[in-house]
Amino acid sequence: MSIGHTLLGLLESGPRHGYDLKRAFDEHFGHDRPLHYGQVYSTMSRLLKNGLVEVDGVEAGAGPERKRYAITDAGVTDVAQWLARPEKPEPYLQSTLYTKVVLALLTERDAAELLDTQRTEHLRLMRGLTERKRKGDLADQLICDHALFHLEADLRWLELTAARLDKLAAVIGR
Amino acid sequence: MTPAGSLLVAEALHKSFGQTHALDGVDFSIHPGEVVAVMGPSGSGKSTLLHCLAGIVLPDSGTVRYGDHEVTGMNDAQRSALRRADFGFVFQFGQLVPELTCLENVALPLRLNGVKRKEAQRHAREWLERLEVEDTGGKRPGEVSGGQGQRVAVARALAARPRVIFADEPTGALDSLNGERVMTLLTDAARDTNAAVVLVTHEARVAAYSDREIVVRDGKVKDMLAGLR
Repeated sequence: MSIGHTLLGLLESGPRHGYDLKRAFDEHFGHDRPLHYGQVYSTMSRLLKNGLVEVDGVEAGAGPERKRYAITDAGVTDVAQWLARPEKPEPYLQSTLYTKVVLALLTERDAAELLDTQRTEHLRLMRGLTERKRKGDLADQLICDHALFHLEADLRWLELTAARLDKLAAVIGR
Repeated sequence: MTPAGSLLVAEALHKSFGQTHALDGVDFSIHPGEVVAVMGPSGSGKSTLLHCLAGIVLPDSGTVRYGDHEVTGMNDAQRSALRRADFGFVFQFGQLVPELTCLENVALPLRLNGVKRKEAQRHAREWLERLEVEDTGGKRPGEVSGGQGQRVAVARALAARPRVIFADEPTGALDSLNGERVMTLLTDAARDTNAAVVLVTHEARVAAYSDREIVVRDGKVKDMLAGLR
């Protein structure tokens, strides 16, 4: 999962302090692995350097957690491009896809479109594997089958998520 | 995909069953030799689209054109004749005639088109061989396995050299190995004869045998290839 893009996406709804960003991240995506403060600040300084966020204000007191960050236009474009770009289909992709779906809903982008684009990317790869199977020997067939079954599992998850988008939007909008 | 050069084109199809809008402004086109997967969740309108394209049911509005024919302007008898002559069908369950042998089942569409019995059976035997089920010829559908029966059904769908094959979940009742063999044989045969295949499926591994996919959701269609342009 790209923590940089995820934090950028969370900033789209308005400027936030570092500790607020960590809390929002943990609430939506950090069920198994909450983010360390150190990760937040190292990521934010990289985003600052790249011009994707800017410091919107600094509260009195010491420490980096006093900075308030705002997303820049370049940052918004970067999030939009990341969401629109399908992931390379590979096993155990769900956590990245889940993050993208939630962020799309949080930022009022078209999450169904994102899932459709991903389905096309998966099917494109599956067509290639199917063609390789048709022409290949038994070893080829078995290797391709393994990949095809994993990709099919991803696609089942995509379909199920597409069917539950309204519910998911209601849950994260609470 | 643009309809230019298409064999079968549907425009602005609407079809309702009571309060349910099964098709809500659907466009579709397919070229000769092309395999198009129709995907989408259960109840999304996939089968209704297939039935409208094949002239089995008429849409409430919109048109279906096949070559120079306007299918939606034909009466029942004309549509039946068109289906018999130019279309082939494979369903989830073979729907073979149980009283006939497998050979007679495959020969049936040829006989209905006026081909003499011996000639029809010779053709039917060739198709059974091609689908690797030549030993089922003398058996009735109840005496063969599900996988064999489905291959017989594919042979029957292809025997009359249809220009469009409509396949509705053709591997839905088969295990992985049989499903895969049926898809390979069906798509190879269709491409060899330059037939178009409208393949309704909710299985991604089956859809991977297609050239492109469309997705039906809530009676609306998304052409993924067009969406990427």
